[in-house]
Amino acid sequence: MAGYRVHEYDVLVVGAGGAGLRAAIAAAQEGARTAIVCKTLLGKAHTVMAEGGVAAALATVDSEDNWRVHFRDTMRGGKLINDWRMAMIHAQEAPDRVLELEEWGAVFDRTADGRILQRPFGGHRYARLAHVGDRTGLELVRTLQQKALSLGIDVFMETSIVRILKDSQRVAGALGFRRDTGELLVFRAKAVVLATGGIGKCYKVTSNSWEYTGDGQALAFWAGAELMDMEFVQFHPTGMVWPPSVRGVLVTEAVRGEGGVLLNSRGERFMFHYIPDYYRAETAETPQEADRWYHDKRNNRRPPELLPRDVVARAINAEIKAGRGSPHGGVYLDIASRRSPKEIKHLLPSMYEQFAKLADVDITKEPMEVGPTMHYMMGGIRVDPETAATSVPGLYAAGEVACGLHGANRLGGNSLSDLLVFGRRAGIYAARYANSLPQAPTFSGDEVETAANELIEPLHRADGENPFALQAELQETMQNLVGIVRTGDELKEALHKIQELKDRTKRVAAVGDVIYNPGWHMAISLGPLLVVAEAIALSALERRESRGAHTRDDYPKEDPHQASFNLVVSADLQGRPQLRKEPRPEMPQELKKILEEV
Amino acid sequence: MALRTIRIFRGTAGNGTFVDYQVEVEEGNVVLDAVLKVQAQLAPDLAVRWNCKAGKCGSCSAEINGLPRLMCMTRMTLFPPDRPVTIAPLKAFPLIKDLVTDVSINYHIARQIPPLRLRPPGPDGIRRMTMDDIERAREFRQCIECFLCQNVCHVLRDHPENWALFFGPRWMVRLAELEMHPLDDDDRRNFLKEKAGVGYCNITKCCTEVCPAEIRITDNAIIPLKERVADLHYDPFRWLLDRLRGKRPIPRPEERVEKAAAS
Ligand SMILES: Cc1cc2nc3c(=O)[nH]c(=O)nc-3n(C[C@H](O)[C@H](O)[C@H](O)COP(=O)(O)OP(=O)(O)OC[C@H]3O[C@@H](n4cnc5c(N)ncnc54)[C@H](O)[C@@H]3O)c2cc1C
Ligand code: SF4
Ligand code: SF4
Ligand code: FES
Repeated sequence: MAGYRVHEYDVLVVGAGGAGLRAAIAAAQEGARTAIVCKTLLGKAHTVMAEGGVAAALATVDSEDNWRVHFRDTMRGGKLINDWRMAMIHAQEAPDRVLELEEWGAVFDRTADGRILQRPFGGHRYARLAHVGDRTGLELVRTLQQKALSLGIDVFMETSIVRILKDSQRVAGALGFRRDTGELLVFRAKAVVLATGGIGKCYKVTSNSWEYTGDGQALAFWAGAELMDMEFVQFHPTGMVWPPSVRGVLVTEAVRGEGGVLLNSRGERFMFHYIPDYYRAETAETPQEADRWYHDKRNNRRPPELLPRDVVARAINAEIKAGRGSPHGGVYLDIASRRSPKEIKHLLPSMYEQFAKLADVDITKEPMEVGPTMHYMMGGIRVDPETAATSVPGLYAAGEVACGLHGANRLGGNSLSDLLVFGRRAGIYAARYANSLPQAPTFSGDEVETAANELIEPLHRADGENPFALQAELQETMQNLVGIVRTGDELKEALHKIQELKDRTKRVAAVGDVIYNPGWHMAISLGPLLVVAEAIALSALERRESRGAHTRDDYPKEDPHQASFNLVVSADLQGRPQLRKEPRPEMPQELKKILEEV
Repeated sequence: MALRTIRIFRGTAGNGTFVDYQVEVEEGNVVLDAVLKVQAQLAPDLAVRWNCKAGKCGSCSAEINGLPRLMCMTRMTLFPPDRPVTIAPLKAFPLIKDLVTDVSINYHIARQIPPLRLRPPGPDGIRRMTMDDIERAREFRQCIECFLCQNVCHVLRDHPENWALFFGPRWMVRLAELEMHPLDDDDRRNFLKEKAGVGYCNITKCCTEVCPAEIRITDNAIIPLKERVADLHYDPFRWLLDRLRGKRPIPRPEERVEKAAAS
């Protein structure tokens, strides 16, 4: 792997999901020479799979909605340890970002008077999710992808970034390789925006694809930036459970938003038994009231099926453990008895197709079997709320790879809006920073050489472990020991196992050559996966309480004192992860008032 | 569980062959499951594209027993259990390795299509469209860019030199989507004829047959586009009138059938 090609840009965006595309558009519009790098083909990023919708207080359906209520819902969903500045910016800017998509050609579902239609979702007080049936992500990605192409942004497809390059302290570019040829690529760039998405492939049962190996989080960690809130991993309550090969594939929350209910094997609508005190005042007490809410939101309270995801996932988990699960180890999600076949096919076309084709289930006639699936990473790279800058000059992050907005638990629909709001900000501020530098800082050739050698090593080992087998062991560990319900002892055991896997990673071998070689790619991904897994387990061990998505069996209560800090992980001088408690900034009076009043 | 033989094309351009692998196939498995099992257990360097495993991203196109399909939406039970299931890469695109082909030409075509141009919004600044307005274009917006239609269109498959002349069905769908955007304000007729080469399509409907998003590519996208282009060339005066009156709607398929029956 000698020789490499050098490409030069002002801003390099890593990732072509919603956050990366939006960032690149913003950077290009600021006049920066911009390129996008992504691991897959353009338009295949995770965002394309998003189903339910994008949250924004457009108030087209419920005129009472406004940014204050959206802010409040987001903070309450996040159990108040969100970065309140991000939550405020997000709630204020989301409507403009959605309307802007419409300017660029997106076509959302409509209300009777021709405006954007919004649907109810868990934890959102009002109908707030702008959507396109259950294919919202597809619309969002296509619109942004076409906009980016029309601005002449260069795209390097099927290319992985493996290192951020720096001079002594600032970003100077990034090192990557083409997956289809193995060719090494060096990007000289003044600023880099990380928009690489999540970490799902740490877990066995997940709605995430092979791409989600925590690359961005690890790149930032290695470059000296900080990770925060890593203990908060969201398990979506409803993933498919059967057949085995689709276990974990997402069943959108829109099924419940459109009236679907959860039932146990006795046919009970069990969510009424799991309403936390915190949400009692705003949740319906009886099925009758819950059903009336869909038509009259003013005089009725929300169905408990629409409680935040952490609550619903734990409830399902408890029902299954208590022996009231379905034959394949889930519970039932029923829309068939609640809506006409025609409505179901119109509102949830891709769910209809997914179950018909993959599970032989006709969701207009019978209930689905569902269970929790690892879905979203609330934690990630710590950023400045206004500029999306990390602590490393020139390094920016947005989207699922970043953190702060969602706190201890993300509300549905708040990710797509996050991508647009903070993707744009990251692009703008990265471009402005880049424009302020006369030229890109320089990095050392040695650094490139060392990284390149490390990259190629697995291909040179004559024999060693199968990288896929190692990944499977990690997934098993995280699923069993760092899952929905955690204990101190199990977390320690997980850390022990992660250490062992780290050592064994140095001995994995990949057969074949550098041309489109998934075994080799997996060997490279083990590094990031393990960085992330360790950060999650360390943070989870340190937070001795249950809050949002983080549930400790040995500390089952939420502890108000622990709302005063976030946990931050960064590399020490030897590159090992170190933890610290970051005190949370005081919220201004007027925002506190919103939380109390609205 | 049953042991099945999967026959996969292995190799690079001009240097490849089919190799048989045996894997355990479980209830409900799709072809992609079998391929990924081969990759995890027997051939870690087997190249294959996939992402969502749910028919949403359009990454996993291949020719399965000769049928162009998505591997993640094709159940193993579709094929007789006692015979191998043969999986080959898309034929119309240059091979990179194993099941992965170079589809980049599609992204070059995408760059040539001018972006949407919208009419100004109403006096209140709101862009109003009704559910009825958007219904027609909605079909086209479901395209997952699997490029199966590009792969089977014989204009391109049998005559690679035609790539320079004809954008292919996926991009006809994209152009139809723009044309039928309720607020669209552009005239693409020259572009359709001269650049996109809509005239090259001879309505064989092979593309429609393979589309996993069930888009009726030929009937609902290409034929209306052809009619638009025909309008321009037969009657420039009517075109001018149309512009003055606002854009002329494209007749719906059922109306077209009626018109044809009447004439
Ligand atoms: C099935 C499903 C349904 C969902 N539904 C909703 C919903 O309805 N509403 C909602 O708000 N949220 C939803 N979410 C969550 C939301 O879709 C994601 O959080 C969001 O799309 C993440 O976007 P992103 O731009 O951060 O990253 P992604 O869209 O995942 O993009 C990441 C990009 O980074 C690239 N990349 C990664 N690593 C590297 C590397 N090393 N080098 C180069 N490139 C790299 C990838 O190739 C990809 O292009 C859903 C998620 C899933 C899985
Ligand atoms: S109908 Fe036209 S575009 Fe479709 S396959 Fe036939 S010739 Fe190609
Ligand atoms: S039109 Fe259909 S077949 Fe063609 S790329 Fe789109 S989804 Fe695939
Ligand atoms: S993997 Fe996404 S369509 Fe098959």
